[in-house]
Amino acid sequence: MKTIRVCCGTGCLANGSRLVAEEFEKKLKELKADAQVECEVKRTGCNGFCENGPLVTIMPEEIAYYHVKPENVEEIIEKTILNGEPVEKLLYKNDQGQRVTSQSENPFYAPQKKIALRNIGKIAPCSVEDYKASGGYEALKKALAMTPEEIIAEINLSGLRGRGGAGFPTGRKWESAACYDVTPKYVACNGDEGDPGAFMDRSILEGDPHSVLEGMAICALAIGAEEGFLYIRDEYSLAVNNIKEAIRAAEAAGILGDDILGSGKKLKLQVVRGGGAFVCGESTALMASVEGRVGEPRAKYIRSVQKGLWEKPTVLNNVETLANVPYIILHGGANYASVGTEKSKGTKVFALVGKVKRTGLVEVPMGATLRHLIFDIGGGIQNDRPFKAVQTGGPSGGCIPDSMLDLPVDFDTLKEYGAMMGSGGMIVMDDRSCMVEVARYYVQFLCGESCGKCTPCREGLKQMLAILTDICEGKGKIEDLDLLEELGEMMQDASLCALGKSAPNPVLTTLKYFRNEYEAHILEHRCPAGVCTKLTSFAIDPEKCKGCTACAKACPAGAISGELKTPHHIDKTICISCGSCREACRFGAVMTEGRDA
Amino acid sequence: MQTEKEKITEILQSYPREQRYCLAIMQDMQKQYNYIPKEGMEELAEYLGCPLSSLYSMATFYKALSLKPKGKHIIKLCDGTACHIRGASNLRDGVKRILGIEDGETTEDGEFSLELVNCLGSCALAPVMVVDDVYYGKVTMERLASILNSYREEGESA
Repeated sequence: MKTIRVCCGTGCLANGSRLVAEEFEKKLKELKADAQVECEVKRTGCNGFCENGPLVTIMPEEIAYYHVKPENVEEIIEKTILNGEPVEKLLYKNDQGQRVTSQSENPFYAPQKKIALRNIGKIAPCSVEDYKASGGYEALKKALAMTPEEIIAEINLSGLRGRGGAGFPTGRKWESAACYDVTPKYVACNGDEGDPGAFMDRSILEGDPHSVLEGMAICALAIGAEEGFLYIRDEYSLAVNNIKEAIRAAEAAGILGDDILGSGKKLKLQVVRGGGAFVCGESTALMASVEGRVGEPRAKYIRSVQKGLWEKPTVLNNVETLANVPYIILHGGANYASVGTEKSKGTKVFALVGKVKRTGLVEVPMGATLRHLIFDIGGGIQNDRPFKAVQTGGPSGGCIPDSMLDLPVDFDTLKEYGAMMGSGGMIVMDDRSCMVEVARYYVQFLCGESCGKCTPCREGLKQMLAILTDICEGKGKIEDLDLLEELGEMMQDASLCALGKSAPNPVLTTLKYFRNEYEAHILEHRCPAGVCTKLTSFAIDPEKCKGCTACAKACPAGAISGELKTPHHIDKTICISCGSCREACRFGAVMTEGRDA
Repeated sequence: MQTEKEKITEILQSYPREQRYCLAIMQDMQKQYNYIPKEGMEELAEYLGCPLSSLYSMATFYKALSLKPKGKHIIKLCDGTACHIRGASNLRDGVKRILGIEDGETTEDGEFSLELVNCLGSCALAPVMVVDDVYYGKVTMERLASILNSYREEGESA
């Protein structure tokens, strides 16, 4: 029996994987009429290597194909399914230019250790049978035979900390909620993954929803809850659908609902769709939103483990945290704790994106260095340009320069340097990314997302944005830099919730590590990266230009003229300084100049 | 054919009369009409027994909700970090040049609305654009025009 796994995560679907799956089904049906072929097509969740999708893997040979199109299907069936031979041109080409057959030989997958992502890409996401076949719901069975104290002790032993970014010990959170003798209690899952550049939770919810449900069920047993909520971004439509489908399937199988696996215990889970507000990723704001109110955070004099949803004890865990729970219960806390660093145990999933060669979802043991992630797994910078910075932790994180690439990534190390690991977004930037503009981008993002309840965050961000916009437009003053630092420190001290407290991080870290770029903007009216349009103009070096016309085709303003095979020219009166020509040029002929040059 | 009022009542009655379903009801109305009509707000206030002002604060707080009618096709342009550094701003300018609309605006003919969104979680395909729930990855300026045109032609031939 052969299985054709077709990745149907959001990324692969965007690349057309549905058509590929349908083509396989159609062709196999035709084949079955005249030959004995035992083969099934399985639509799986996100494999994390979306840029090379649609991904197709043939089991049991474990032959992994990339960029598969419907027209390749016939050849795959003929060669691989019927004759067991790989189709060379669809295999992954490694850094040495050799084609590799299986995922485990692929330099993107080989160094990874998958715990949270253990089933994704292998199973049909919503199917209880598939999940069970890979050991699913065994941990729940085991937990039903344990006391709440034993479950919590196992989680404590594992050293699991919250994967949403704050890194609070999960076992301690459960312990606190368990000790209140109040009913009802609630268990909640934070799937409001708002950090731009992060999509690990989306992938887990889409690709292995039962692992999250099982984690929630175990948590409910530990704290004594019978009702739970999953708050998921409405933008993640596939994730919302899959989790709802998985809940229905689990209830039908008697795993969730009124009688968990015949134990007499109950757990009713509901999905709440997020309303598109970044601040709702904050625990108290999320709970307000679940209650059907405006998602504003509150001061946490009383923790939500004591008074959360409807003033009742509530445990809120992140998607990735919950996906780790069944593994820990099944394999033991000590086993889990053997992976990772002293204070950060287990693995972490990162979304490695931006200007890196291999982008995607990566799960590695805690403590891996940034260099390992970016250069070994990610394969280095696109087009071999110089590395400039990596932005970690989303809008709450910071920009880390190349001198710090050997730092281990865990909950605590990056914090010492003003950045944070956060929920795992990792955006790689090259010399064509302007650090001032990146800081301005994050502040603009947060300015729009600040709920407005407390003054430091609401007003502080607005003033920061005004100053940074001025600098990007060449109207900055050198004393602005001190003012930015002062504003930032005030916001860190005085804001109500973590959104405001961490909002200055992108500004403060870029000021610390890339101050020369700020100074170039202010003192020399120059954007070294050639990004800030008001400070940049482009010109073509006639010596280097081969007249290939790629730049003229890419120019949205029609500012580039020139005949084929003769040097081209940019009309600066029409040019909008977008830089499309520079991206399009393969000969490095497009130069940046100051606006006044 | 159902009247508008019946449709609103149908959405309301698919949920119990509890504050906690407020956001979900508003999302359903948004999906039905591409905005929340005034009648919908009033009916909901009565249904839940809450002041209209509290619903107004919900509708203006959550990005997924809108009190103004939206176009037939909704263009969601991702401006998450990964898309941003791979040229999302250029695409925004491109949409403005082609359709003449900025973030939050709708074309005069009511065909297109542009929404700049934070992150669609498809960063590996950056820059990403979604038109009516269809994802387009690695959008270039050249592709942008042809994608938008395909929706226009579809409108003309229909």
